[in-house]
This record gives sequence, structure tokens and C-alpha cells, in this order.
Amino acid sequence: MSGAQRYYGLAALVLVLAALPLTFPNAYYYDIAIRVLMNAVVAIGLNLLIGYAGQISLGHAGFFGIGAYSSAILTSHFGWRPGLALLAGAAVTALIAFAVARPILRLRGHYLAMATLGFGIIISIVILNEARYTGGPDGMAVPPFELFGWQLVGERLWYWSMAPLLVLVAWGALNLIDAPAGRALQAIHGSEIAARVAGVHTSRLKTRIFVLSATITSVMGSLMAHYLGFITPDVAGFFHSIELVTMVVLGGMASVFGSIVGAAILTLLPQLLATFEGWETVAFGLILVLTMIFMPRGLVPSLRLWLLRA
Amino acid sequence: MLAEFIQFLFSGITIGSIYALAALGFGIIYNASGVINFAQGEFIMLGGMSAVVLAAAGLPLPLAILLAVAVVAVVGLLLEKLAIEPARNADIVALIIITIGASLVLRGLVQVLFGKNTRALPAFSGDQALQLLGATILPQSLWVLGTTVVIVAALAWFFGRTRFGKGMLATSYNRLAAQLVGINTRLILLGAFGLSAVLGAVGGILITPITYTSYDAGIMLGLKGFVAATVGGLGSGVGAIVGGLLLGITEAMTAGYVSSAYKDAVAFVLILLVLFFMPRGLFGAKVSERV
Repeated sequence: MSGAQRYYGLAALVLVLAALPLTFPNAYYYDIAIRVLMNAVVAIGLNLLIGYAGQISLGHAGFFGIGAYSSAILTSHFGWRPGLALLAGAAVTALIAFAVARPILRLRGHYLAMATLGFGIIISIVILNEARYTGGPDGMAVPPFELFGWQLVGERLWYWSMAPLLVLVAWGALNLIDAPAGRALQAIHGSEIAARVAGVHTSRLKTRIFVLSATITSVMGSLMAHYLGFITPDVAGFFHSIELVTMVVLGGMASVFGSIVGAAILTLLPQLLATFEGWETVAFGLILVLTMIFMPRGLVPSLRLWLLRA
Repeated sequence: MLAEFIQFLFSGITIGSIYALAALGFGIIYNASGVINFAQGEFIMLGGMSAVVLAAAGLPLPLAILLAVAVVAVVGLLLEKLAIEPARNADIVALIIITIGASLVLRGLVQVLFGKNTRALPAFSGDQALQLLGATILPQSLWVLGTTVVIVAALAWFFGRTRFGKGMLATSYNRLAAQLVGINTRLILLGAFGLSAVLGAVGGILITPITYTSYDAGIMLGLKGFVAATVGGLGSGVGAIVGGLLLGITEAMTAGYVSSAYKDAVAFVLILLVLFFMPRGLFGAKVSERV
């Protein structure tokens, strides 16, 4: 995408986010919109890893869980301030991600999928079993978020906090793509050995993007925990990891706006299908299969190609 | 002490046999197509669940079992025809996502059709436990072990003696060369999915009288089968069996001597260790990437 196109896209995003609340008849719509915004940020973070660097992660919900439970445990059991707890969760996530990045990212294809999946499941098993701190399968309550004595409560306030955050993250991600690091990442996606031959320090770059992506996910886990006010081990579960990957894949790998669209669809879908228990899972599965068969590039990139041709 | 050890060992070998069958299923599909079938666990769940439902509908157990295997075999063939074949040229990440999607569809359909309850299947020859060196052993465990041995022998004959089996091996070594000597590699791929589905179904039916089953039982069983396959080395038959038994025994010993709460974590710690220190598994082939 060229520079001008990128700013048109961002401007459109800002307009949509600013105008959207005018159409909301009640708090329920705000609630859904906030979830879309938060999921979109996570999806963009994951897309940096999957779409740009070409490294799949089937364990990102693990990082989400670390963030969510760090915030929940530190604030409710130890009386930490939410802002500090969020930072602590992010720091722990970054450290863990950094420690596992080298051995994990040396793997490719199925082995990488398996390793990230195993890593995520270990985290969810720990959360499930350390009931003394996490409440086990029953979950635990989380106090509201506050920063410098300023409490973040109510749907409106959350919406107007998360919307600028999404714009900021989208802007950062778009800039990263065209920065030298972004071009190097795309080279890794094409062929890792070729990238290395061309002078890209592949393992360092992959580690950085993995840590960045994990940290974004952890921060959003913390925020989501405060917003929902209650979390269960499902937030760190395998199914949540799959949901996150689906957002990225459906919207379009390596497409920032695609991730936003993917997050919106996957957040709205369960709301629409809530009355048909079980069909939700079937619909998720069908979306994954059909997208990969008919639109392997994902919605937004396929649409763009189609528009360019027309 | 000894009795306890034998008890754990036996339960480890029993569940390990199921992991081994799942791992063989992963390996067969991987060899034929390079695809890791994340829906393998759903074959196991579907096998157990179909047998339960058919038996509950009043069919005699042997007939219910045979029909259940047939049902899952058809599902395996359909999966290949409807989801894998249309995406033949997709890359690995896309294929992983397709099989994950297919597994969600199967799991969701079972949940919609048969509900979320845990279901049980009667043991094949009663629940009267046997005594061995002080350990109690369920007759169903013997069914699991016996059937697994028979299946492994049958597979050895199939790959060593039949044209179709040899064609499968040839395809896994070099697909293009196999095509050139007249092997129908499309048929091989279809056969691989059918065979893997049968292996999964048999495993699922054998273990259901011991562990019960539910719509979401396939996730863990499938993932552990994959761990077993990777530990042994993807695509290696011996590796799949060794990996399955190793995983089953490690898990049972951990549950017995360390912590039963962390039993499920064993597989995933094991897989991370194996991947970090010997990324090709115990018996895997060495391959290098072409640029």
C-alpha cells in the first residue's frame, strides 16, 4: 500500500469510529463495539507475526491469559494499582515471550504450530489448576480499571478510550510495514534462507516481532479483564487462540484493515448465533475452511484485488 | 510399591496405545500429502460417539462398532474430498487452518445433534477386573492392547505386501516419481484419509468404555496423538508407536507419582522439550529446505 493510500485508510477508520456511536441506540451496542475494538487490536498484533513475518502462533491466547490474570491477581489479591498490574503483566509476558522465542521460532510449519499450541495449552492448564489464585474453572472477579485516580467505568468512556488506541495501533502497524524492519519481515515470509543471505538478521527480527505481538496481546488481555470485570480460564484456552487466528486469516493476512474487519465479524457472529448453541462452532469452522479454499488471501486483500481489476 | 508401579504402567500402555493409533493416523496422512490433519482427534471422538449413539439406539454392540467405524471412514473420505482436495496448492499455514476448521465443524455438529453430555459405552467383555501381581486390570485394557497389536501387524502387512500400501510409501518418498511410474496419487491421498479415519475411530471406540466420551473429547486426544507423532518423528511408523507408548506411560507415571492435576500438561512439556532439543523427533527423517 502506498503512503497516501495508507492515510486515506486511517482517515476512513477515524471517521467510522467517530460516527459509529451516533447510530448506537443503547449501551448494548457500545458493549459490542468495545469488544470489537479490543479484539481488533489483538488481531493486528497477531497479524504482525502471522501476516508479516509468516510465523503461525496457535498459542496467543496464552499471552492474553497471562495479561488478564496478572491484572486480576495483582489487583484483587495484592492490592496493586491496575495500571501497574497491567505493566507488570506486559513485562512478564515480554520476558516469557523473549525466553521461548529463540527455540520456538527456529521451528517451521507444523512444528512451529505444535510448539506454540503446546505452550498456550500449558499456560491454560496452569491457570486452571492454581485455583488458590485464579479461582480455577470458576474464574475470578476483576476490579475496574483506573489510572492516576481516574476510574474507567461505563461503556461510553471505554469506547472513547479504546477507539483512539485502535487508531494508534493501526497507525503503528502500517508504519512498521514500510519501515526497513517491515520489509525485512516480508522477506522472511517469502523465504527465510533467502532473507538471511540478503543480510537480514532473521532470528533477531523474528524474536522482536514475537515479543511485540505477545506484549500487545497481554496488554489487551489486562484491559479486557478490567472491562469485563470477570474472567475464566477460557480466555487463555486453545479455542480462543483459534478465534484470534481466524480473525487474522478471515480479514486477510498482512492486512491491518483486514484484521479490524476480521475482529468485527468474529465478535458479531457469536452475538448473532447466540440462540443456536453449537452452530456457532460449526459456523467458525465453515468460515475457516471456506476462506482458505476460496479466498486464501482473506476478505480485505481479495476485495482490493477485485476492485482494482474492475 | 511394585503393584502400584505395574498399575500405572498398565494404564499408561493402555492410553498410550490410543495415542499410538492417533499418531499412526497423523503419520499416514502426513506421508501421503504433507498435511497435518488437526481433525484427527475428531475421528477419535466421532468413533466413540457414533458407537455410543448406535448402541443406545438398540443395535447389538458388535454391529454398532462396525457401523461406527464405517461412519467415521466416510467422514474421513468426505473431509479429503470437500476440504483438502479443493485446496491442494495451498501453503502449510492454510492447510493447518483448513483442518482446524473442519474439526470445529465436526465438533459443533456432534454438539448440536447429540448434546454436550458425557456418554458411556459398555465394556466389550464385562467390568470384572483381573489381578496381575497385585494390580487390578480392566478386561477392556486387554481389548485395547490386543486390537492395537493386530492393527499394527495389519498395517505392517499393508505397507509391506500390498500394491496400494507400497504405492502409499512410494508417494511419501517422492510424489512426482510415484505419479510417473503410474501410481494414482489422488487415490492414495483419499485412501490415506480413509485409513486414518478408521484408525482414529477404532481408537475412540476402544477407549470409550474406560474414559467415556463427549463432543469435546477429541481436542486433547488429537493433540496428544500429534505430540506422540512428533516425539517419534513425523511420518515414521515405528516412531508413532514408540511416541504413543512413551507419552502414555510418562503421563500415567506423572499422574500417579507427581500430580494428577498436571497430567494433561505432560504431553505439551514433552513436545516442547523434544522440539527444542531434537526438532526431527526420535525417528524422523532429516530434510533440508530448498530455496
